[in-house]
Amino acid sequence: MNAGLYIAQRGTAVILAFAVTVHLVTIIYAIRGGLTAGDILARTHGNRWFLGFYLVFVLAAAIHAPIGVRSILREWATWRGRSLDLAMLAFSALLLVLGVRAALAVYLT
Amino acid sequence: MIRPHLKPGFLAAMLHRLSGIALAVFLPMHFIALGMALGGADSLQSFLGVTHNAFVRTAEWGLVTALGLHMALGLRVLAIELFAVRERSALVVSACVACSLTVGLLFLLNGS
Amino acid sequence: MDAQNSTHGGASHPPDAMTVEVWRGDRGGAFQNFAVPRRENQTVLDVVTEIQRTHDATLSYRFACRVGMCGSCAMIVNGRPRWTCRTRVDQLEAGPIRLEPLRNLPIVKDLAVDMAPFFDKWRDAHGYFEPGEQPPADFAVVAPDSAERAAADEGIECINCGICYSACDVVSWNEDYLGPAALNRAWTLVNDVRDRGQDDRLAAVSGDAGCHSCHTHMSCTEFCPKALSPTYSIAGLKRATVKRAWKRRR
Repeated sequence: MNAGLYIAQRGTAVILAFAVTVHLVTIIYAIRGGLTAGDILARTHGNRWFLGFYLVFVLAAAIHAPIGVRSILREWATWRGRSLDLAMLAFSALLLVLGVRAALAVYLT
Repeated sequence: MIRPHLKPGFLAAMLHRLSGIALAVFLPMHFIALGMALGGADSLQSFLGVTHNAFVRTAEWGLVTALGLHMALGLRVLAIELFAVRERSALVVSACVACSLTVGLLFLLNGS
Repeated sequence: MDAQNSTHGGASHPPDAMTVEVWRGDRGGAFQNFAVPRRENQTVLDVVTEIQRTHDATLSYRFACRVGMCGSCAMIVNGRPRWTCRTRVDQLEAGPIRLEPLRNLPIVKDLAVDMAPFFDKWRDAHGYFEPGEQPPADFAVVAPDSAERAAADEGIECINCGICYSACDVVSWNEDYLGPAALNRAWTLVNDVRDRGQDDRLAAVSGDAGCHSCHTHMSCTEFCPKALSPTYSIAGLKRATVKRAWKRRR
């Protein structure tokens, strides 16, 4: 942790607060409406707003989660040093790749 | 040895941390599941169908609740850090937990 | 004295006696039991003193003022870090009294710990006033009700007893973490308008060892006998270090 990582984590936390609220409301709305996967995909297909929203969501999560997990591993698994930082970068890349793929999947189909 | 003190601040921090771990573990799986849509709506639907049993429903409820909990408690921390709110009450922490359980319940009660 | 037996000089157990489990030795030590009579207005410090004077003269512990001013008598009483001179026996829960040395500090012997790491971190957090190269010739005029002075005054009464440091979970998980007391002091100095070492101080309290590692458990605020709130001081440091980092970005 340093001031830069702290700003990144708290800053993405604020972004995620908005995104998660929208996401939870959307999910519960979809479930209440009894929407199937096909219905949801029909609504997200070609929808640039959805894509934009979810790309921002994915990017924010890919920054926020690894910084938090880093603290936990440092404190509870006593993992320190360069290898931890590299592992967290890898975790971030994983979330980014899988997340963008998921967002595109929902946008393209 | 410090006795595990069930004080609001400590409990809030533990719930926040544990829900964070659950979300960090779940998120890649969630992305992979959604990525299955690339195989078409049927592929996603059949995947969702296969995984739509009581165990998975419980896990989904757990994750929605964890998300709500992590966010509510996170907003509390942001208030303390950013806005210098002098918060240390059981009331606020309980309210955070209650809100997230409400969200979880809404999810559970509306699913098929 | 045999470490296995409760010591009561061979006579029958006094009617109003309580069991006191006291840590003996260093990190590899063990608890030793004593039977101490209940007395009126007894504090835990009275109990420890009675054990050392009448049961076992080899028991090591610290105290000084015995009236809640110096903080020397801090130790863990029934799992909570407290001043023994300000802990009344009749306000403890029923059952044996368990006494341990402060957590997170090396044990010297029995109930006495080595406070050196605590003070080293005080220094590392720049918990000292920095007058600068050219201190002004005259007194500084600082309004007591100014925002900075009010913030400094809130945290200034710390007497370095080490209770917050012992209560802090992050200190136990992260040996480099400077701890609530050192960071609280740094915050009071950040708010000292006369100080000329602010940039170095903010750098010193950043990082994995610094304020950014506080997870707002608030154990420090919970246990501070002076009713200080290191949690909020550390939150202040987080804001101050963010402002500094933001300015340096440009």
